[in-house]
Amino acid sequence: MIADTLRLMIAPNKASDTVVPPTGFTARLTVFAAGAMAFLAVFALALSVSTGRLADRWEAELNSSVTIRISAPADQVEAQTLAVLKVLDQTAGVASARALEPDEQRALLAPWFGPDVPLEELPLPRLVDVVQGPQGLDAAGLRLRLAAEVPGAVLDDHSRWRAPLVDAARALRMLGWIALGLIGITTAAMITLAANAALAANAQVIRVLRLVGARDTFIAGAFVRRFTLRGLIGAAAGTTAGIVAIILLPNGAEGGFLTGLGFEGLGWLSPVLIPPLGAIVAFAATRAAALRTLSGLR
Amino acid sequence: MRRIRVKDEQAVIELRDTSYSYRGGEPLLQGMTLQVAPGSFHFLTGPSGAGKSTLLKLMYAELQATGGAVTLFGQDSRVMDRNAVADVRTRIGVVHQDCQFLDHLSIADNVALPLMVQGKPVGSDLHDLLAWVGLSDRMHAFPPELSGGERQRAALARAVILSPDVILADEPTGNIDWDMSQRVLQLLVELNKMGKTVMVATHDIALIRAAKPQVSTRILRISNKRLQSAGAEL
Repeated sequence: MIADTLRLMIAPNKASDTVVPPTGFTARLTVFAAGAMAFLAVFALALSVSTGRLADRWEAELNSSVTIRISAPADQVEAQTLAVLKVLDQTAGVASARALEPDEQRALLAPWFGPDVPLEELPLPRLVDVVQGPQGLDAAGLRLRLAAEVPGAVLDDHSRWRAPLVDAARALRMLGWIALGLIGITTAAMITLAANAALAANAQVIRVLRLVGARDTFIAGAFVRRFTLRGLIGAAAGTTAGIVAIILLPNGAEGGFLTGLGFEGLGWLSPVLIPPLGAIVAFAATRAAALRTLSGLR
Repeated sequence: MRRIRVKDEQAVIELRDTSYSYRGGEPLLQGMTLQVAPGSFHFLTGPSGAGKSTLLKLMYAELQATGGAVTLFGQDSRVMDRNAVADVRTRIGVVHQDCQFLDHLSIADNVALPLMVQGKPVGSDLHDLLAWVGLSDRMHAFPPELSGGERQRAALARAVILSPDVILADEPTGNIDWDMSQRVLQLLVELNKMGKTVMVATHDIALIRAAKPQVSTRILRISNKRLQSAGAEL
């Protein structure tokens, strides 16, 4: 039953397409609306995918990496660093630990102070990078032990500043999905308006077709096929433009958060779903509008 | 007042105490009871605004009775779904006074419209039909290019292309001259002789009088919202 209805609605029908005249400006409106919405949908999808990826990465790093900061007089820094490394060596859940070299610390500070920062003249703490094993480490226990054995060492598990960022990234991902939903609803609304305009412009045609014995599926099919095709064409064009725009964005490898917007690997295939989804939205919106209009006629 | 009842169990259209009012207002038609026998020829007359077109619309289910029942080919129109209404219209050809053409289609396509919506092939029957109504040379013209008489004949051709059992004609000669009226009447009489049931709504008494010698007709009049037999005084 549903398959028959779909076939009547979608399968080419020369008779149906002949008897319903071209629908003028609504054709261009539908293609433009579907194209613009698909373009925006690509960005919303990219935002969702990118922020989701970012949140996952930050969360993984949050769970796997901690830093120990050693603040001590210059002549004690080396000894306290060795003491910290020894404690870490005896701590369960630590996969590896190493003190950052001055060059690495200089690289970390370069974005703020420039490349030639004289580290030796600054009262900087020594940093020890700790990578956790799969089972994780007991941060509270390690803090207590460091406080007792290396008073100048402070454990920073990054949660204070990174957790809100992860939450923000997740919120952005949710916003991306909400934007996609709103884009779909807006597309449906615009196509419904265009379909209603086309149906109103063809009220006399519809009435005559009913009078000569046409079933609703025949009449609605003519409108549904046209708007579905327009939705598909518009969405395909908009999606293509959106993908090109994403490709032309600055490379994320050198940038930060915003320049990471885009797709990776098989993720580039996800926008391909937008045109068929646009066509489905156009199909459903036009079919509902057509059947609603027809229900007003006997 | 006398109610009309054709005693035929096989009535193609039947009205039982049917009434109709627009938007819940005063009834336009009331207490109408009628059985239309297959193969019969009816004229439906009455003054303008009496409800002739409304009664025809009840007979092809464009309107639904607000009281009583209308039965089309044995189906109560009140319980027919939209597909059933569409199907019953393939058995009832309607000629409207204003013809109801699609102006963007040629006359040939307009006449073939009932075939097209049924998904049936448009064959040589179309040419025969257009020849029968005298429009072979006008088949590629568009409706606005046709005279009133040509339009009525084309509308009649469209009404019969599916070979329906019943032909309902609403003032088919309302906008054409006498000679052309005679031509349209002749076509309707020919259809009746082929076994089609014909009902013609008209206020043209001369047309009815012209038909009487050619075909056995039953003449109905709508008066005071009710259906009466009007054969004797005509």
